[in-house]
Amino acid sequence: MAKVPKPNELVFDYNVPQKWWMDTKPEFKPGTWCYPGKAKNLEVLGLPNPREWSPLDEDWKLPSNWKEIIFEGMRDCLNKYRSLRVFMDICVRCGACSDKCHFYIGSGDPKNMPVLRAELLRSVYRKDFTLAGKIMGRIAGARELNEEVIKEWFYYFFQCTECRRCSLFCPYGIDQAEITIIGRELLNLLGVNIDWVVGPAANCYLNGNHLGIQPHAFKDMIEFFVEEIEAVNGVRIEPTFNRKGAEVLFITPSGDVFADPGTYTLMGYLMLFHEIGLDYTWSTYASEGGNFGLFTNNDTLKKLNAKMYAEAERLGVKYIIGGECGHMWRVIQQYMDTMNGPADFLEVPKSPITGTVFDNAKSTKMIHIVEFTADLIRNGKLKLDPSRNDHLRVTYHDSCNTSRGMGFFDEPRYVIENVCNNFWDMPPNCIREQTFCCGSGSGLNTDEFMEMRMRGGLPRANAVKYVHDKHDVNMLSTICAIDRAVLTPLMNYWVPGVDVTGVHEMVGNAIVMEGEGERTTDLRGNPLEGMEDLSDEDL
Amino acid sequence: MGIKFSLLSVIALMAAVFVGVKVAGLHYFFGVVVPYAALATFLVGFIYRILLWARSPVPYNITTTAGQQQSLPWVKQNKLDNPTTTAGTIGRMALEVLFFRSLFRNTKYEYHEGPKLRYQWEKWLWIFGLLFHYSFLVIFLRHLRFFTEPVPGFVHRLEGLDGMLQVGLPGIYITNLIFIAAVTFLFLRRVVIPQVRYISLPADYFPLFLLFFLGLTGILMRYFSKVDVVKVKELALGIVTFNPVVPSGIGVLFYMHFFLLCVLLAYFPFSKLMHLGGIFLSPTRNMPNDSRMRRHVNPWNYPVKVHTYEEYEDDFREKMIEAGLPVEKESK
Repeated sequence: MAKVPKPNELVFDYNVPQKWWMDTKPEFKPGTWCYPGKAKNLEVLGLPNPREWSPLDEDWKLPSNWKEIIFEGMRDCLNKYRSLRVFMDICVRCGACSDKCHFYIGSGDPKNMPVLRAELLRSVYRKDFTLAGKIMGRIAGARELNEEVIKEWFYYFFQCTECRRCSLFCPYGIDQAEITIIGRELLNLLGVNIDWVVGPAANCYLNGNHLGIQPHAFKDMIEFFVEEIEAVNGVRIEPTFNRKGAEVLFITPSGDVFADPGTYTLMGYLMLFHEIGLDYTWSTYASEGGNFGLFTNNDTLKKLNAKMYAEAERLGVKYIIGGECGHMWRVIQQYMDTMNGPADFLEVPKSPITGTVFDNAKSTKMIHIVEFTADLIRNGKLKLDPSRNDHLRVTYHDSCNTSRGMGFFDEPRYVIENVCNNFWDMPPNCIREQTFCCGSGSGLNTDEFMEMRMRGGLPRANAVKYVHDKHDVNMLSTICAIDRAVLTPLMNYWVPGVDVTGVHEMVGNAIVMEGEGERTTDLRGNPLEGMEDLSDEDL
Repeated sequence: MGIKFSLLSVIALMAAVFVGVKVAGLHYFFGVVVPYAALATFLVGFIYRILLWARSPVPYNITTTAGQQQSLPWVKQNKLDNPTTTAGTIGRMALEVLFFRSLFRNTKYEYHEGPKLRYQWEKWLWIFGLLFHYSFLVIFLRHLRFFTEPVPGFVHRLEGLDGMLQVGLPGIYITNLIFIAAVTFLFLRRVVIPQVRYISLPADYFPLFLLFFLGLTGILMRYFSKVDVVKVKELALGIVTFNPVVPSGIGVLFYMHFFLLCVLLAYFPFSKLMHLGGIFLSPTRNMPNDSRMRRHVNPWNYPVKVHTYEEYEDDFREKMIEAGLPVEKESK
């Protein structure tokens, strides 16, 4: 694995190269690319051309008719996606998107300007699908498809996190995420992909979740958190699994089951559901909220997503609640019902506690836990003691997918402001719809990609640093499992002294539960404000 | 790339007219044949392009949400930046098409040692983009006086408004100045900002030069080398009434101006200028964010192989039973 340079060793050079972009090639430096997909994972998913290969090799072992495959694939996508057709034709190269990309800001590589990343694909489209490109070639911005182009696509379509920040600023709404998604669709036709995406996807396909946690282990892990909660406040929670006839199926990203600090968020879910007496069940089959199929191709996306509705139908629940996750919610909001619906067997979600009917989810029948909790708080159904979060000085990172794929801004802030007393937003150009990516989304949260992750995460980290310096912020909250996993190293790198939390971890801290003993620590075992002096013997 | 190529192309086009009209006397060709051909290319090409786009379906609702969504009743929705209704979506599109809403958001990024990143509101591209498009629109509408008889009242009123500075004789039109200034700005911006220059293609410079010389020849005709507007109108009316006539004695400058317009028209459907039509079909902008409320249908949605619960239980049955997890079947 590549050694990650220290923050002060990173060079930021925004000068454009002497050579024109069609004449430059990506340099596969350690820390800027991800390991290729392993054959066994491709086989599980039924993806073409499974083989062992490396981006560093001259020969990528593409199928012999790879060119034909790409042309066919492009034709197919042009006929399937109006987005691609329009986005290929109408860009005026005004450059409004160019400095909006966190990877451009972090790397200075002009091919990370969204416009140029799109031109990587457009240039091939022009050559083969437009008359001007065929006749005039380069003058018309067209170029020949060759293996170097495929390598370049691999390099740059896996240096895009599909965050859609560029699409917000584009006067025509050209969405680089859509181009990256289709670019990866094409690369997958040749078996060119990364293992950090297809590995979790294969795991999810067979075991129900990205981490490959098997059913008995999944149950064990959740029960471990039950004990942890009991240790904090003495309340014993009894979650159920794969239980038929429950009112609600709860699905959250498996990262929350597996890794800190997401685990504390999961403890928050458990405490909340127990306290309100929600009739719900976990599923070990649909034990993954996230969907790395979105980062693979259309079919894999659909395959993995299918489990949510299938399991809801099998268990006979009324509706689904989804946990805190970013791209999971992009899929639920913009793909799930279309791909795997209609969910006629479910009912329009209605909170059994407040009676609120969630008409905004009347077709998908799946609601976000944060909107569920916001509604509980608004209706005074939760007893909260925000002072239990007084040791935290909090800011909030809007996740790309819930921001530009949903518009989910005020609900999390409402919850945060009700469960903690010290909250500051980051500057306006860095939050809400203009939020910056964590730098590790869309399956790029792997260690071998660390230098680019730290570079791409700089804009986010810099905005956190601003509130850290100004307001002494020490906690970055978020509603995304990948964020919880990747912002922690990002903060350690750029803004030491800031930790990362899910919103429901703070809910878990603040919620006053029936029959609980006095709490002296938060869910992490850190002393609450005013309890710092209590020694272990006193407790 | 391609500045010289684009400039020379436009100059070559004008030279061709000069030679064609002055030397070869091809008045009818440049006054009648080319305009009809250009107009036909424009119409057929434009419609073809739109149909080509429209033929591909929109499989998913991928709207870019740029404000608070519709949620709980007490959460205030941003109805224009994140609409859920048709009216809201029309409003969003109107803001986009008429006022360049997204470009209005534009920021400029600055790197400072530290590193410290700064973002400033970048309004110039938005301002000059608007100025360019609106001045072009007004100029286009003003030109209707050549193509209509009687000239509609609004054209006269527009002329009056546009010429209200009343400087010089014939009076200066404000939009002429704005148009040239805006095109110049858009060109300079492209050349001066290294990143924008790096991404630019001949297809970006060519239309700018075309428009610049289109404007320049128009201004020269009006203020310096005056053409006989009565004869020009005779020619223009002839074209639109399908009774083409070519009055003699119209200067070559007019033919250059007219030819550049024809080139612009014919070039339009094959170029980035099609953003005019494309913005209306852009799926991230023209759809309401309602995909949780109303199911969006994908016409090519096909079944895929999934790993069913039954298969999953077969894989893990014993472990599940041992862990006390409910199962559908006690054995295979």
